Amino acid sequence: MSEAHDWPPSCAIETLHARAAALAATRAFFAERGVLEVNTPVLASHTVLDPAIESIAVGGRYLQTSPEYHMKRLLAAGAPSIYQLGPVFRQGEQGRWHNPEFLMLEWYRLDFDANRLMLEVEELVDCLLSPAPYLCIPYRQLLADRFDIDIDTASVDDLADICAQLGYKASSTSRTEEALDLMLAAALADRGEGRVFVTEYPPDQAALARVNASKRRPHAERFELVINGVEIANGYHELADPDELAQRMAADTEKRRASGLCVPKPDERLLAAQRHGLPNCAGVALGFDRLLALKLGTDGISPVLAFDWNRA
Amino acid sequence: MATYATNEFRPGLKVLLEGSPCSILENEFVKPGKGQAFSRVKFRNLNTGRVWERTFRSGETIEGADVLETDMEYLYNDGEFWHFMKTDGSYEQFEAAAAAVGDARQWLKEQDVCSVTLWNDSPISVVPPNFVELQVAETDPGMRGDTAQGGNKPATLSTGAVIKVPLFIEIGEVLRIDTRTGEYVSRVRD
Repeated sequence: MSEAHDWPPSCAIETLHARAAALAATRAFFAERGVLEVNTPVLASHTVLDPAIESIAVGGRYLQTSPEYHMKRLLAAGAPSIYQLGPVFRQGEQGRWHNPEFLMLEWYRLDFDANRLMLEVEELVDCLLSPAPYLCIPYRQLLADRFDIDIDTASVDDLADICAQLGYKASSTSRTEEALDLMLAAALADRGEGRVFVTEYPPDQAALARVNASKRRPHAERFELVINGVEIANGYHELADPDELAQRMAADTEKRRASGLCVPKPDERLLAAQRHGLPNCAGVALGFDRLLALKLGTDGISPVLAFDWNRA
Repeated sequence: MATYATNEFRPGLKVLLEGSPCSILENEFVKPGKGQAFSRVKFRNLNTGRVWERTFRSGETIEGADVLETDMEYLYNDGEFWHFMKTDGSYEQFEAAAAAVGDARQWLKEQDVCSVTLWNDSPISVVPPNFVELQVAETDPGMRGDTAQGGNKPATLSTGAVIKVPLFIEIGEVLRIDTRTGEYVSRVRD
C-alpha cells in the first residue's frame, strides 16, 4: 500500500480521548494505593532469554520486551511498590491482538503473593472496564475439563493426538510444551466470553515465578488473566532465589542455543541485584492496548493504537 | 513450485494442503505471551469448496499450488466432459470432468464465458457468469392477465435447470437468471 495513502491514524480521534482517560484512571488507581510510578530504560544492554520471546536489537542494544529486569533492580535497591507504563517491543509479533510495539503496564507489590495480586488486578480491571465476575481455574484443570486429559500422566502421543484433532500441522515432531501451548490456547478460545484467571502453572512453565513444592502437586505461583479469550495479564509471585534464577537463565540459554536462536548474554546485573536480595513481592504485566480494545469493543488492537505497525 | 512460510500466508494465496489445492481465506497470528507462536489458518479446498481450519507452528512452510483462474468460453458437452476454450486468443481448449463442473452445469450455455480454475493445467472448478439467459423448455401454460404479482410455478430450462418463475411465463420464452441464487430475474425481449 502506498505510504501517502495511509498517513491517517489507525484509531478514531475519540479513541485518543478514551486512551487518555484510561491512562489517567490507571495513574489515579496507583496513586490512591501509594504505588510509585517509575520509568526505566527502553533500550538496554541486556534482554530476556525466554525462548519464546524475540527481542529487537538496535545499535548493539536491545529494545526491552518488558521492564521486568530493571524494575526488579529497583526493588532490590530498596524501592517501594512500583508501577510503570511504557512501550515494549517483541520481534515478529504481529496480528489481530499483537503489535510488535505495545504499551505495557507492569507493577510490583511488596509482600504480596499471587492471590493477593490477582485481587488487585481484578480491582484495576473492574475500574477500567466495568465490574464482572472472575473465575479462577488451575492450568491442569482447564485442560482436563476441555480435553479429558491429565497432563501429568499423558504421553507425548496422547498430546499429539489432541493437537491433530485441533488441526495442528507440524513438519517435525512437536514438543510437549508446544502441544500444551496449543491446547491451552484452544481451551481458552473455546470458553468464549468471561474473565478467567489461569493459575497454578506447571513448574516447567514458571518463567520467573517461584515454584510451590509444598502441595501434592508442585506448581508455579504464576497466573494469567484472560478476558473473552484474550490474554490480558501475566503475573508471578516473584522468584527471589538467585541460584535458581541463574539455573533458569542457563536452561533458557541452552534451549535458545538448541533451537538455533540468537543467544543474548545473561543479565549479570539482574543476578547481582537478586544476590543482593529481591524483597518478597508479586508482579504482573498487563497489555494495556488489549484492555482498551476490550473496553471499546474493537476486534483487535489496531483500532486503539494511534498508529499501528503498518502505519508507524 | 515455491513454498510459503506462515508469515507470507495471505488471503487468496493458493497452496497445496494434504494433497488438495486450497485458497487461504484467513491467517490469524496466535501466541501466548510466554509460549510458542502459531498461525491459525482457514483454507478453502478448491476441489470440494469446503473450509478447512489448520494450525501451524510459526515459520512452517507449505508448498504453493499452481492454480490459475481464467476466463473461458463454454463450447459443448460430449456426454462425459465439458469443453472450454480460453478467451485470450490462444484458442487453447480444456476438458472439465463432472466433479469440476459441479452445480455450474445447469447454467452452462454454449458461448457463455465462465471463470475456470485450473490446477496443474486441469480444470478443478467452473463458475458460470452471474447472469445467464436461458430458454424455457417446459412449464405449465401461462395465465394471462396475471402479469404483475402473485404466485409462481416451476419451469424447466433448456439446460435442465428447474427454477421458479412467475405464472405468466410461457414455453419458448428466454429468461434472465441470477446463477448465484438460482432465481428468475426477468424476461428477455428481442
